[in-house]
Amino acid sequence: MNLETGACNTWCPGCGNFAILASFKKVVEELVKEGRRHEDIVIASGIGCHAKIVDYVNVNSFYSIHGRVPPTISGMKVANPNLTVVGFAGDGDGYGEGVAHLVFAAKRNIDITMIIHNNRIYGLTTGQFSPTTPQGQKTKSTPYGNPEYPLNPIKLMLGAGATFVARTSSFELEHMRQMMKEAVNHRGFAIVDVVEPCLSFFNAGDYIKANTYKMNHDPSDLKKAWEKACEWNYTTEGKIHLGIFYREEKPTFGELLLKGKNLRKS
Amino acid sequence: MDISILVGGQAGDGIKQSGVILAKIFNELGYRVFVYDDYQSLIRGGHNFSIVRVSDKEVYSHNDHVDLLVALNQDTIEKHKWRTKEIIYDSDKVKSEGKDIPARSWAKEKGSQLLRNSVFIGAICSYTGIGLEVAKNVVKNSFHKMIDENMEALKFGYGSVDKKYEMKKIGEPIEVMTGNEAVARGAAAAGMKLYIAYPMTPSSSILHYLAKNGEKLGVTTVQDENEIGVANMAVGSCFAGVRTMVGTSGGGLALMTETISLCSQSESPVVFVNSQRAGPSTGVPTYTMQADLKFVKNAGHGDVNKLVMAPGDAEESYFFAAKAMNLAWKYQIPVFLLVDKQISESTFSVKVGNVKKEEPRLWDGKGEYQRYKITENGISPLAFPGDVATAKGTSYEHYENGTTTEEPEAVAAMQEKRLRKMEALKEEMKKGETVKVYGKKDAKVTLLTWGSTKGACIEVANQLGLKVVRPLYLEPMPVWELDKHLKGRVIAVEVNATGQLADMLGIKERILKYDGRPFTPGGLRKKLEEIL
Repeated sequence: MNLETGACNTWCPGCGNFAILASFKKVVEELVKEGRRHEDIVIASGIGCHAKIVDYVNVNSFYSIHGRVPPTISGMKVANPNLTVVGFAGDGDGYGEGVAHLVFAAKRNIDITMIIHNNRIYGLTTGQFSPTTPQGQKTKSTPYGNPEYPLNPIKLMLGAGATFVARTSSFELEHMRQMMKEAVNHRGFAIVDVVEPCLSFFNAGDYIKANTYKMNHDPSDLKKAWEKACEWNYTTEGKIHLGIFYREEKPTFGELLLKGKNLRKS
Repeated sequence: MDISILVGGQAGDGIKQSGVILAKIFNELGYRVFVYDDYQSLIRGGHNFSIVRVSDKEVYSHNDHVDLLVALNQDTIEKHKWRTKEIIYDSDKVKSEGKDIPARSWAKEKGSQLLRNSVFIGAICSYTGIGLEVAKNVVKNSFHKMIDENMEALKFGYGSVDKKYEMKKIGEPIEVMTGNEAVARGAAAAGMKLYIAYPMTPSSSILHYLAKNGEKLGVTTVQDENEIGVANMAVGSCFAGVRTMVGTSGGGLALMTETISLCSQSESPVVFVNSQRAGPSTGVPTYTMQADLKFVKNAGHGDVNKLVMAPGDAEESYFFAAKAMNLAWKYQIPVFLLVDKQISESTFSVKVGNVKKEEPRLWDGKGEYQRYKITENGISPLAFPGDVATAKGTSYEHYENGTTTEEPEAVAAMQEKRLRKMEALKEEMKKGETVKVYGKKDAKVTLLTWGSTKGACIEVANQLGLKVVRPLYLEPMPVWELDKHLKGRVIAVEVNATGQLADMLGIKERILKYDGRPFTPGGLRKKLEEIL
């Protein structure tokens, strides 16, 4: 199986997206090796630097519009439950423009995976603050410091009822692969927040590297998950826990809606 | 035979259902029916009324004058007594001239005030000379509980009123349904498997109908978090190979607009139903208007390819919905069914016919699959995830394999590919019917209209010896056909404040209505007589 598309990669040299791409390709290779059909894998992206990833992986894909990845892949999953659908979004895309869709996808526990390239800045529009930019951060649209507090997407997703919530870092290739694989294999809504620097507009790489810790609590413990999530509010201080915050098994939207039907085959 | 009956009361009285039951009763006798349903945006109280028009000929509108007024509350008398002197009323609630029936106290004693409806249905049957058996059968099929009490109510009403007409069976029944039900069934007949919506009047009953009857029709429904989600979910399901329709009204379609553009670029065959209501903005939510024409025609940034179809009644809505689904998949473009409250929520006699799913051009399996293969007519063969591993759909300008390009030659080539699809579509349209002409073909005066306003226009044209010209497609506008028919004095008749179709076709003379109510033949005739 050749996962190369031949498309020219246009990310900035050193961008964390390369690590995300490499980890995800490994996951696809493993999934196919384990028996999932290459034809049944679909990925989608929104708009932003992250979105180019669909051009760089030779699988079925849909390059969607800003913020709309969750409904796009939800539509695919409702149409054909045999598909394995993975959505990629940036922090502006997933936590800003399309946050309502993300909340509702989690709420209805649809069996999709969202991987968020969270560099805490708008990159492709050349450096404005994003939903997860720390308060006080100087950006192009906040030259005297960001007047807003950052959103904690882990808390948001736990609150919305997501049944798999994890965080990883683009500096941790193996951990990233593990988290992505667990997320894709999770039956229900899964989200992986990938913390990464933006080398051009918000290079917090040193801070991320120095403050990440691997968690090891029982992921079915929602209270513990919340405690861990509260230890870093995407500011400039606190412990950035990596790993699975929370995992729960419950019937998915597709199971409850379709009751075993496959619309593609009906 | 052409008689009209108005039933009025307050919200929660069951007026709408009474109108539909009456329509079904007259349908059983072979009459054609049209039911106008007038209600306000509230759940209890206010004033609701239905006008049931019954004819031995086809009817697509209601008139101002009615032959019988049935009043469940005082408001009905005050607001509608100008329409007729023939009145039947609930003497427990209403003071009036006419025939009194103590319906409320009778119904209360029997256990439910809603039984009043059956009392008055029975009374109307007696008044129009219809046998009680017909009514009993229809009522039995319409209710799930209190069947015995409803039968008793019919009998009580029947015995309370004298016969005025002698309506005999004149033919076989056809179907009776709202425009929204017709849209739902037409699309399902052409292979729709998924309907996605966010509730919005007057489109919501498509969702209700399909949610209830989906199992039978093979359609799954999803109520999504908002219209933006709705439209994008439809893009995803179409990409996965499942025929999908979405439905909304103007405000919801405004939210979908970015996705309309995405459908054009990604060649996603989503069918959009836009049931217009009185705008701008919240406007008058439960009343009708034809004011989204320019909006729908132009919705979407960039050079958007789309097809806009405008049925004028429920039967056309059935066939157009099927055609919309088939054309969307054949040309891989978004297709719009532009209806309005007057079609969506009015009840019509409908003859459904044979429609079927037409298969689009599918990939032949040779070589590597390329989603946007450049072809002579611009149509790229379809294949779906699950069957292939290289289906790459995109909002970005792209090469044939769906990966991104910003190269000028490649950008232009894809734009031209998409334009060729529209040329092919136009060629297909030219071979079929794109404009309907009614009335006196060589008349000196032509009424130009579209959508639901055809009902009033055709009726008045037949009375006054005029011609009516009506485009069935509004984008691409069938100018090749319209040019042939728009000769001499042309007067545009539209239910909007500016004359949107008239603007597009350069027609100066206009008769417009923009109070949220449709034209009645009588009202339109009066306006015409002032200027002819």
